[in-house]
Amino acid sequence: MADDHGDTAGSMAAGKDVAQHSATAHDAGTAVVATDEVPNPGFPPYRPRVTDLDPKVDQQQERRVSALFFVSIIGSVLAVAAYIAFPIEPGNMESVRNNTLYLGLGITLGLLGIGIGAVHWSKSLMEGHDLVEQRHGTRGSEETRAKAIEIFTLGDKESGFGRRTLLRNTLIGALVVSPLPAIVLFRDLAPAEDPVKLLKHTFWEPGMRLTRDPSGTPIKASDLTLGSAFQVIPEGINDSEHRIEEKAKAAVLLVRLKPEDLEISEGRENWSYDGIVAYSKICTHVGCPVALYEQQTHHLLCPCHQSQFDIKREAAVIFGPAKRPLPQLPIAVDSEGYLIAQSDFTEPIGPSFWERKL
Amino acid sequence: MTTTPTQDAPSKTRGQRFTSAAANYIDERTSISGAVKELGRKIFPDHWSFMLGEVALYSFVVILLSGTFLTFFFQASMVEVHYEGSYAPLKGIEMSAAMASTLDISFDIRGGLLMRQVHHWAALLFVASIGLHMLRVYFTGAYRKPREINWLIGFVLFILAMAEGFTGYSLPDDLLSGNGLRIIDGMVKGIPVIGTWISYLLFGGEFPGVDIVSRLYILHIMLLPAIIIAAIGVHMLLLIINKHTQFAAPGRTNNNVVGSPIMPVFAAKAGGFFFIVFGVITLIASTFSINPVWVYGPYDPSPVSAGTQPDWYIGFADGALRLVPPGWETEWFGFTWSFNIIAPLVILGLFIAIVAFYPFIEAWVTGDKREHHIADRPRNAPTRTAIGAAGVTFYAVLWAAASSDLIATHFKLSIEGVIHSCQALLIFGPIIAFFLTKRVCIGLQKKDREIALHGYESGRIVRLPHGEYIEVHEQLDEYERWKLVNFTDYKPLMIRPNAEGKITTGQRVRASASRWFFEDRIAPVSQKEIEQSKDGHH
Ligand code: HEM
Ligand code: FES
Repeated sequence: MADDHGDTAGSMAAGKDVAQHSATAHDAGTAVVATDEVPNPGFPPYRPRVTDLDPKVDQQQERRVSALFFVSIIGSVLAVAAYIAFPIEPGNMESVRNNTLYLGLGITLGLLGIGIGAVHWSKSLMEGHDLVEQRHGTRGSEETRAKAIEIFTLGDKESGFGRRTLLRNTLIGALVVSPLPAIVLFRDLAPAEDPVKLLKHTFWEPGMRLTRDPSGTPIKASDLTLGSAFQVIPEGINDSEHRIEEKAKAAVLLVRLKPEDLEISEGRENWSYDGIVAYSKICTHVGCPVALYEQQTHHLLCPCHQSQFDIKREAAVIFGPAKRPLPQLPIAVDSEGYLIAQSDFTEPIGPSFWERKL
Repeated sequence: MTTTPTQDAPSKTRGQRFTSAAANYIDERTSISGAVKELGRKIFPDHWSFMLGEVALYSFVVILLSGTFLTFFFQASMVEVHYEGSYAPLKGIEMSAAMASTLDISFDIRGGLLMRQVHHWAALLFVASIGLHMLRVYFTGAYRKPREINWLIGFVLFILAMAEGFTGYSLPDDLLSGNGLRIIDGMVKGIPVIGTWISYLLFGGEFPGVDIVSRLYILHIMLLPAIIIAAIGVHMLLLIINKHTQFAAPGRTNNNVVGSPIMPVFAAKAGGFFFIVFGVITLIASTFSINPVWVYGPYDPSPVSAGTQPDWYIGFADGALRLVPPGWETEWFGFTWSFNIIAPLVILGLFIAIVAFYPFIEAWVTGDKREHHIADRPRNAPTRTAIGAAGVTFYAVLWAAASSDLIATHFKLSIEGVIHSCQALLIFGPIIAFFLTKRVCIGLQKKDREIALHGYESGRIVRLPHGEYIEVHEQLDEYERWKLVNFTDYKPLMIRPNAEGKITTGQRVRASASRWFFEDRIAPVSQKEIEQSKDGHH
C-alpha cells in the first residue's frame, strides 16, 4: 500500500523508468512517445512545518483546535436557546425573521466550529508527509480475465444459452414484450376524454357576460375609457368545478381603442363594440398570461419570452418567438349595456399543439 | 486470530479495551477489517479544484437532511383550502393545500423557514458545484481512459440535479412555480405527435389539474433521490477503483498517487469540510431569504409579474426559448409544427449530447488507448480547452438571454436590441471564444517553453563588458521545471491505407478531425533542448 516517500529508499521508483512499464502496453494512438523526455526529478525534500519543529507552536495549535470545538458546543446550545427565546408570534414578520436568524446563527456556529477545527487539525497537527501509492492498470490481471472467461464459457455450456437458439430467442422476445402492460397501465394517468376536444373549447358561451378578474363583477361598455385595459374572466367561472383549469383557458384582456385605429379583417367586422376588443390572454407561444399592456403603442407584451402583439392589428405578433396572433373573442353588448361574448373563441387558444388544426 | 482481546487486556486502558472488543465484535460478524485494510490508507491527492465534487456531495447531504425535515410538514396536495395561518395578508385566500402548508412551514413552525431556505440554498449550491466540478473534469482531461464511464455517470447526475431542482421548485404551487409548469406544459404540447398526450397524462387532464404537485412530489422525494443516491454510489465506487487524478509535480507519475491517506488526514479534512459546507449554507439561509412564496401568492393562471426569474440552472433553457426568431411555426399535412419549440429542444438536446459523449469523441480522434492519471493543465490541450470555452460561451449566452428583459430595463436598452445581440452572440460568441482561447493557450505554452529553457526574467538589467544591456534570466530548478515539461503531446493523424490498400471515409474524417485538433501543437521541452540551452548560457 502507501509508503512514505520521505524515508523509503524506493521513492525514486516514482521516477520515469518504472512509470513507463505497465502490465499491458496499450496503443498510444497519435500521441508522440518521446524518446528524449526530461526525467522526473523525484520528490523534493520535505519542508517541515512550524508545528513539526516547535513543540510550543504545536501546543498552541492544539489549544486553538479545541477552542474551535468548544465554540461549536456553545453554538449548538445557543441554537436550542434561540429556538425557545425567539418564538414565532402569529402575524409578526419580525418574529419570523428573528427566529430564522438566531436559530440559524447558532446552528452555523455549531457546524463551522467542528468543520474549521477538524480541517485545522488535519493541516497543522496531523502527519504532514505526502504518501505514495502505486497504481495498477484498471483491467484485471490476465489470470483473472482468463478465469472470468472460463466462468462465462461454463455458464454458456451448462445452460446451452448459445447453442439452444430457439430457447434463447424466445426468451429475449418474452423479455422485450413483458414491459408492455406497464406502458398501458399509465393510460389512466388522465381521464378518458380526448384532450384535443377539450383543448378546442373554453368556458365562454354565447351571451355570457364579461366580468372582472378576480371579483366577477360584470362590465359595462361605458366602464371602459379610451386606452384602458381590463383583465376579464367569464361570468360564473369562479363557481365552476374546475375553476383554475377553466380560467387557464378563458382569461381575456379587454381594451378600448379609437374605432378608426383598429385594422379589422374580413369576417370580424362585428366582433368588437365601439373600439372595444377582447383577446385571449394566454400566449400563443407556451402559454404565459400576456398581461402587460402598453397604452401608447397598444402593444401587449408577454413577460415570459417577450413576444409582442399589436392590438391595432388584431393582436398580430410583432416580435418574439410566438407565431400566431392572440385569438379574438367576439363580443357584443346586451340589453342592459353589459359586455357579453357572442360565442366561444373560434380557434383553440394558447400554445400550439400537434392536432390544433384538425 | 487465536488471541482474544481479553488476553492482552491488562496492558490497555479501559477505553482501548472497549474499542478493541467492539472492533473484534464487528469484524467477527462482518469481516470489516478487510475493507479497512483496503481503503483505510488509500491516498487522495490534494488540489483546491478537487473540492468542487466534494461540495456537490456535501450539499446533497444537506439537501437530504433539510428535505426530510420539510416532508414532515409539507402536504403535497392541490385540494383547495382557505388559508387560515399566521401570515395576515393572505388570510382567507383560496389556495392549494401545498401552498398553505408551505406558508405554515414558513410562518407557524419554528425553524421551518430556516429549513426551507437551507433546502433551497443547498439546492442552488448543489447544481452550481456539480457544474463547476464538471468543468474542472473537462478542462483537465480527467475524463480520459479509464474514467469515461464516470464522466457519463456524473453527467447523468447533473441532469438529475436539474430535474430535482425543477420538481422541487414546483411543489409549493405558488404563482412562480405554477407559471414555470405552464411553460413546461406549453413546451410539451409543442412536441410533434405525442406532445398533447404527454401533457394530458402528465397533468392528469387539462393544465394545471389537481394531480401534478403530488406526482412531482413522489419524483422529488423518492424516485429521483433514489436514483441520485445510487448514481453517487457508483460514482464513488469507480473513483476508488480508478483512483483520483493528480496534477503533474515532481515525483508524481502516471503510475502513482501522491497525497494524504484517508485515515486520518483526508478523513479529517473532508469530514471537516462537510461541516464547513453545511455551516456556510446555514449561514446564508439564516441571513438571505430565498423563494418568498408569500410575496408571489398562490398560483392563478391570469396574473403574472414582469422580471420574474426561474432558479439559475433553468435559465439556459428559458433563454433558448427566447432567442427563436419570430414566425417559426407552420402547418404541414394538417398538423401543427411548432419549430419555435422543436428547435430549442433539438439544439439543447444536441448540446447536452455532445457534453455527454465528448470523451468518446476525443478518444476516437487521438486513438490513445493508454490510461491517463495526470490531469492536464488546460493550456496543454489547446483545442480541447478552446472547445470547452466555446461551450461555456454558448451556455452563458443562453443563460444571459433568459434575463433579456432585466438587461434591457437595467441598461435602458430596447428588448429587441438585446434579443438580436444575444442571437448574434449565440452564433459568433462560441467561434470567437474558440479562437481566442486557442491562441491564449498556445501563447501560454510558448511562454512555458521559454521559461523551461531560459528561466524567468528576473527584472535585473546588467551591462556587458562590450556595452550591451541584457536582462538576467533566473534559471528554474528541476522541480519547478518539471511541471512545465510534463504533458502528453499528440500529432495529427496521417492517413494510411488499410490492409486492403483503401482509405476509408472513417479514416478521412478522423484524420481531418485530428488535424483540426493537433496541427498547432507545441511539443514539450526535451532533455536535449535543456542541455543545449545550458550550453548556450554557460
Ligand atoms: C438534489 C436534490 C434536491 C434538490 C435540488 C431539491 C430542490 C428543491 C427546491 C428548489 C425546492 C423548493 C423549495 C422552496 O423554496 O420552497 C424543494 C422543495 C421541497 N423539497 Fe427538495 N430538493 C432535492 C431533494 C429533496 C429530497 C431528497 C427531499 C426529501 C427527502 C426533498 C423534500 C422537499 C420538500 C418536502 C419540498 C417542499 C417544501 C417547501 O416547498 O417548503 N427534496 N426542493
Ligand atoms: S409564453 Fe409568451 S412569449 Fe413565451
